[in-house]
Amino acid sequence: MTELIFFINQVVIAGAVLGSIYALGAIGITLIFGILRFAHFAHSELMTGGAFIAFLLATLFAAWGVTAPIPMGFVVLPLAMVLGAVFALGIDKGFYAPLRKRGAKPVTLLIASIGVTLMIQGLIRLFFGSGSYSFFENEPKDVFRVDMSALGSTRPLVITEPQILMIAVTAIAVIALHLFLTRSRLGKAMRAMADNADLAQVSGINTALVVRVTWVIAGALACMAGTMLALDVTLKPDLAFNIILPIFAAAIVGGLGQAYGAIAGGLLIGFAETLAVFNWSMVLKPLNAVLPEWMQLPQTLALVPTEYKLTVAFVILVVTLLVRPTGIFKGASS
Amino acid sequence: MIRRSLTLFAGLFVLILVIGWFMGVPFTSSRLVEAAAYSLIAMGLNIQWGYGGLFNFGIMGFMMLGGVAVTFISYPVNPQFWGSDGPWMLGRALIAFGAGALLVIAAQQSHRVGVRGGWKMALTALAWFIGYCVYRSQIDPAAAYIEANAGWVGGLGGHPVLGWIFGGVLAAGAAYIVGKITLGLRTDYLAIATIGISEIIRALVKNMDWLTRGTLTVSPIPWPTPLPGDYQAGGMDAQTALLAARGGFLLLVLVIFAVAMFLISRAYAGPWGRMMRAIRDNHISSASMGKNVTARQLEIFVFGSVLMGIGGAILVSFVQINDPSSYQPINHTFLIWVMVIVGGAGNNWGAVFGAVLIWLVWIISDPLAQLLFGTISHWSGQIGWGEIPDIQSRASQMRIFVLGAVITIALRFAPRGLIPEVVRREG
Repeated sequence: MTELIFFINQVVIAGAVLGSIYALGAIGITLIFGILRFAHFAHSELMTGGAFIAFLLATLFAAWGVTAPIPMGFVVLPLAMVLGAVFALGIDKGFYAPLRKRGAKPVTLLIASIGVTLMIQGLIRLFFGSGSYSFFENEPKDVFRVDMSALGSTRPLVITEPQILMIAVTAIAVIALHLFLTRSRLGKAMRAMADNADLAQVSGINTALVVRVTWVIAGALACMAGTMLALDVTLKPDLAFNIILPIFAAAIVGGLGQAYGAIAGGLLIGFAETLAVFNWSMVLKPLNAVLPEWMQLPQTLALVPTEYKLTVAFVILVVTLLVRPTGIFKGASS
Repeated sequence: MIRRSLTLFAGLFVLILVIGWFMGVPFTSSRLVEAAAYSLIAMGLNIQWGYGGLFNFGIMGFMMLGGVAVTFISYPVNPQFWGSDGPWMLGRALIAFGAGALLVIAAQQSHRVGVRGGWKMALTALAWFIGYCVYRSQIDPAAAYIEANAGWVGGLGGHPVLGWIFGGVLAAGAAYIVGKITLGLRTDYLAIATIGISEIIRALVKNMDWLTRGTLTVSPIPWPTPLPGDYQAGGMDAQTALLAARGGFLLLVLVIFAVAMFLISRAYAGPWGRMMRAIRDNHISSASMGKNVTARQLEIFVFGSVLMGIGGAILVSFVQINDPSSYQPINHTFLIWVMVIVGGAGNNWGAVFGAVLIWLVWIISDPLAQLLFGTISHWSGQIGWGEIPDIQSRASQMRIFVLGAVITIALRFAPRGLIPEVVRREG
């Protein structure tokens, strides 16, 4: 039983948290790709920027003496998401809309998004330095240790409060997005435009509005993902820049343009990364009693050494591109 | 067109003189050598993007391979490694690698003996897994043994120029594999796949301590030309010796640059160049004219990567230290992209102009930002708002912002670059 609890602690919880963050980021990327047809690299900066907005709000609220039973990061999340959406809209207005108006190719927009990445990255570093910040400087990070001795385990089940809230909030966001895309008129318009932009336009869909809504959703979800990542680890200027590639991998593995695919891809990549670096000898230790002398398991038996954790996503990406370039959910491929 | 290019290059020359005036000759001379190496790399990207329309975001990976290659070839031999069991263990790992590769190839050919569909897929996956396990079972102890007994494999003690050539060859090999996997994908996918592969290369180089010494870094890597110390031993004073040594290095890089430029310009002006432009502008029509689009794109991807490998090797030789953790996507991949976009994709002289200009902008935006912040801080301190804290570290982040601003402005107002491509119309 101890081994199972260890497995849950190391793989199921960590994988779910990482997977939720990847999924939230990948939804934004995949929606932007579906509507505007370009790979939006600056999404990482929407995430980092959103996390910094949430951090500033949390500091402000704490200074005003607001107290809450849950971590301050989650209290300010709705407000931060609104600001994140405005931020995303502003970036589109300032940088991408003029290029679109000129009829620039998607590749030009891609390069512009890299310029935006660099600018925001530079600004964040300019104002916040290159050090790291924590949401939990003035409040404790609650850690729950559920005693599992009733089940015959010597190890407790360990989960932190932000992690529980994170998984819950992601689930709510995903359900809300699902309802929006399937039930509301605007959501249906969005799906129609992703399928065929010209046809959608001649059917009388307000494409400019759809583009704005896309940025609002992408910005809000990116802000959420960034804040949650900062709550789980620490807040630093290259917070999301380092994980933008696994997020892209998640969006492609799920099928670019497919919102559900992005969720599946995010969870898949999150679990694959944690499983790949998981030390199997801890779980398989009981086998040592059965196995003969020459087949004893070594101390560490991970599929991939921990240093190479980030490469797992790329290997999955490359295999997907080779075997099924459209991704799991048949996204755009050409 | 010619007049515009000449004016721009004259302006660049004046800029170099101004920088030399303010920052001193030793600083400027070393920036110039780096700018020459970056010109070579930017030309490589210009071949891929400007001629071929291929989206390579993995420049950092190819530059790193060049750095590793020149370290391996030119660093002195490590007798501790060659005297130990290390080579023998590495040989076994190589055999294990070969066996694993054979297994995978056999599984891929299994349809010849009647294994089809899902079974073949499962068999291939199993073969990959077994091959990987067999290789890991040999390489892990070998790596641990070498790191414990000899540190790392050391170099071969060859001439650095040989190392540069080997850097090109290594980058070409990597580009061939990468191209085989990713070419034929649409642009966005190609961009992400190449970034992914360059990150894999970075992770490998950083963590394969037995081969590259990883984050421990290797130095000093020898120069192909005499070092300042050699000139000083001949009786020169320090300043002249430094200039003479750097001048020699710069001359060598410029010779390589001139050869590359000559060959590329010749090729591009000929039928090969016309074919490449045709493929870039409309690959469907060129395929219908009987051109093998994928093979030609692979060719151009490999050619461009060779220049990136050589450029990366030259940079490592020049700074004399191979430090894998100094490689960042911003400083290596995106910087080169800004160079080519600002200079003018599709025009070699444009790419070179962009390379030198952006490299100088990148370098001087740090001291300029410090000057600016110092002034603002002084002023805000005087009117009682307090001074800006740690200007030093903040100002060095300013260049990332400047880089981003330059590329967004260029895309908005000069999308074809400062020295755009010259479209020649025949007949």
